Order: sequence, then C-alpha cells, then structure tokens
Amino acid sequence: MRKLRWFLGLLGILATLTAAITLPIPSLLSWQSVYLEKVFFILIFCSALCLWRVLMGPTPADRAVALDILGILIIGFCAILGIPTGRDWYIDIAIAWALQSFISMLALGKYLEGRRFDE
Amino acid sequence: MNNINEIIGFVFIAIGLVFDFFGCLGLVRFPDIYNRLHSSIKCVTLGTSSILFGLFLYKGFTHGGIKALLCILFLLLTAPVSAHVLARSAHKSGVKLWEKSVCDKYEEDSRKS
Repeated sequence: MRKLRWFLGLLGILATLTAAITLPIPSLLSWQSVYLEKVFFILIFCSALCLWRVLMGPTPADRAVALDILGILIIGFCAILGIPTGRDWYIDIAIAWALQSFISMLALGKYLEGRRFDE
Repeated sequence: MNNINEIIGFVFIAIGLVFDFFGCLGLVRFPDIYNRLHSSIKCVTLGTSSILFGLFLYKGFTHGGIKALLCILFLLLTAPVSAHVLARSAHKSGVKLWEKSVCDKYEEDSRKS
C-alpha cells in the first residue's frame, strides 16, 4: 500500500512536469514568452506543494515552515513578473515581502516558544 | 538578435527553478520537521537567490538590477536567522524527532546546564 502511494505520487509529479514543459502554448510572439509561461507553471506547482503541507501538517511548526517557504516562492514570482511586463516596481514588492516575512517569522517563533511578545 | 546576457540570465532562472522544485518536494516528502526545514531552506539560498541573480543579469545595471542585488543581500542575511528561530522554537515547544533519528545534541546540552 505504501509503495503504491509512493508510485502514484511520483507518477503525478512526473505527469505534471512533462505537461508543464512539453505543452504547446499558442499565439505567443517570442521564445522568451513561452519560456516564462513554463516558469510560472512550475512555480505555481511548487506553491501547491507548499499549500498541501500547510493543510496537512501535523504540528503548528510544520505550518510555519511551509508558510515561510511559500513567501520565498512569492518573492521569486514577483521578481520574474518584472521581465514580461517591463516594470521595475515588482522588485519593490519582493523586497517589502522579504522584510514582512522575516518579521512575521520572528513573531511566530516567539509564539511557538510560549513567550510573550515584549520579553 | 538575442543578447548573450539574457540567455545566461535565463539559464540562472532555470537553475533556481530546479532548486525550488526539489526543496518543495522535500518539504512534502520528508518525515520530520527538522528534515523538512533542512531541505526547504535550500529554496532560499540557492533557488530564489539564483532567480534574482538571473534577473540582475537580464536587466543589467539599471534600477531593477540593483534592486535585485539588494534583495539577494537581504535574503542571504535574514533567511538563515528565521530558519534557526523556527527550529529552536519547534524544539522548545516539544516537537518530537523522527523515531529513526540518531542523536539530539541540543537536548543533551539543555539538560546539562
């Protein structure tokens, strides 16, 4: 049963990755836009894996770790969004997200440890 | 037609994507919170930093490129600190290790002192 579950998970991941890489995307102009579409697909798939860990995590610390990694993936997403749109202020959003994620992770660590916030 | 720095930047973005994907796979597959933390922090220092460096190579020395370098610096400074805080608070709040773990030095040291 355990090996069957392992095999089914591996099959699902491989099918999603091959669909992400080899799926034709019509009506696009250059090879750069096609490449960036595939990059967005893979990043959304990684975010789905993180959300699965947030939903199914056995302890609260697991959910905190998965939220941290989800924030890091969103930073990468905002950075890549700057290429096809040609705007620079997406990277400002990424820097602000990194700051906010660091502060909130410190607060979550203190909360899990069982201490007050003003100690 | 295509600049060489754009192509090298796209190669760096692909390397970062590979590290992101395997980090998230470890986040799902590993049995313990400490193993999961060990795997998934590679998303930060190799994955997202490589994506931002590829963006810097794509943009060159403009506003966006310099901001990407600043974001790399900030990520490398803060992400290990937050990972250490999370691991320490998880150990202090009583999360058990995996049953096949070999040793726990932090527990021994906190018993001694």
